[in-house]
Amino acid sequence: MTRPTPPPAPGGGVGRSRLRSLPSLLGVVPFGAYVVIFLIIPTLVVAIGAFTANPEDGGGVTLANIKALGERQVLDAFVFSISLSAASALMGAILGALLAYAVATAKPNGMLRRVVTSACAVLAQFGGVTLAFAFLATIGLTGFITLYLQNHFDVNIFSGGVWLFELPGLTLVYTYFQIPLMVIVFLPALDGIRPQWREAAESLGGSTWQYWRLVGGPLLAPAFLGSTLLLFANAFSAYATAAALVSQGSPIVPLQIRNALTSEVLLGQQNVGKALALGMVVVVAIVMWLYALLQRRTSRWLG
Amino acid sequence: MNAARRRKLALFRWIVVVVLGLFFLLPLYAMLEFTTRAANGRTAQTWKTLADWRQIQENYPDLSTGIVYSLEQAALTAVLMLILLVPTMVWVRLRLPWLRRPMEFLCLLPLTIPAIVLVVGLAPVYAWVTYLVNGSSIWLTFAYVILVLPFAYRALDAGLSAIDVKTLSEAARSLGAGWGTVLWRVVLPNIRSAVLSSAFLSVALVLGEFTIASLLSRENLQVAINLLGKSDTQISVAVSLVALVLAFVLLFALSFVGGRRRSSKEAS
Repeated sequence: MTRPTPPPAPGGGVGRSRLRSLPSLLGVVPFGAYVVIFLIIPTLVVAIGAFTANPEDGGGVTLANIKALGERQVLDAFVFSISLSAASALMGAILGALLAYAVATAKPNGMLRRVVTSACAVLAQFGGVTLAFAFLATIGLTGFITLYLQNHFDVNIFSGGVWLFELPGLTLVYTYFQIPLMVIVFLPALDGIRPQWREAAESLGGSTWQYWRLVGGPLLAPAFLGSTLLLFANAFSAYATAAALVSQGSPIVPLQIRNALTSEVLLGQQNVGKALALGMVVVVAIVMWLYALLQRRTSRWLG
Repeated sequence: MNAARRRKLALFRWIVVVVLGLFFLLPLYAMLEFTTRAANGRTAQTWKTLADWRQIQENYPDLSTGIVYSLEQAALTAVLMLILLVPTMVWVRLRLPWLRRPMEFLCLLPLTIPAIVLVVGLAPVYAWVTYLVNGSSIWLTFAYVILVLPFAYRALDAGLSAIDVKTLSEAARSLGAGWGTVLWRVVLPNIRSAVLSSAFLSVALVLGEFTIASLLSRENLQVAINLLGKSDTQISVAVSLVALVLAFVLLFALSFVGGRRRSSKEAS
């Protein structure tokens, strides 16, 4: 206890000291129970299931599910997921940082900032099915841009194959929700930059380039890296967009999990699905741990 | 800042906003264009259908149930989240300060566990929910509260940090107020905008949720849109667009609520 014991108040002294111990904990029981049922237990189900043999095989502890992660198809999915997440995180981070800088230097309560930040809040959350449809309507086989280019310039953007459902296409679609997320998470860091630092650099004769290389850049680097990591985790976890866009094959890990969950062909694959899920948690947890490290560094300077 | 640099900055700002604005608006425009396509020329038929709720109910029963479920889930998620989080967070601040760190960790944990992973573990839990209550899609709310936990926690924590909960509640208690009164009439009015923003964020997130509903074979707006995308694409694209614009209007309105609080704090 950090608080010193208060002098016994007339009438209520005995009740207070008793209240502080066990009964106080009762106040967090509803929340605790809820989190245990709907968060902790599901997590444990995944973690334990990953190491349990399927009921058809009699259950028991096994490493077979984890070994299944080493299969060609699964490894390919992890590699594809990671490259998709990395590519879209990089694109999103760079473009998002530019947009965030444009917003940060605009009027604090102006229209631009309001529109951009609320649009970003929506677009970052609202990916999913909507986004898949939006891109089908834009650059799908009968999409607006596809048809326009075909009719007016006689250009077929899919002459080299339907890349919309491959790495370049998915990266483009993912970038659409990565940029807004970058704006949301990077804007506070930019707001933490004080104009006085710039003035100080200028009064010492520094150029714009020198300011960014020696002051602004190093200050923002941890925040930028951290935000990029968050974007990576975001893309890695995304399921809905790809599920609505890709109907055949399962190039990314979340779609493989769907396969393992619903598969009729490969009976007894449920616990392989849990191993896949555990694999995802491990990747995301590492990324988020690095994010937390960088975040702590950032907050030291840019509160 | 000198004039030349300010001009350069304004130019940079315009270029970035226009280029990225185009990138973001083009797909939305394409959706609008797509919904007005007809065999020859343009038609507003899709939008007329969409404006007529009875026609939707008749022709697209999945969609209408999906919309109703999503709205119910959104409202229920926001309420349940507030009931669960606000009293607990206030209580922890007042009585169990050592629990703040663990609680924050728990609330931010869902960020590390992708929704698709949560589905895998939730399946047996929902088997019990179905057994104990029923299999209605409305109970997806339980999982959605977990999904919104990180965002809601951050918003509420910021709101609670801006006021002195301890002094306020001790003052109210010394005047004879019970815990309910403290929470309802002292703390809540003081964190109104934080409550609003956490509720709106929950609504936006639930309206866009697809993963859990789809994999647990329940109904909501996004599941219905996805299903409809296979048969009547125009309607499903139109509904997507409306949902998107609706969420934007909601959060844009919110930006004014948040702004007022900030300026009043600066004034004081």
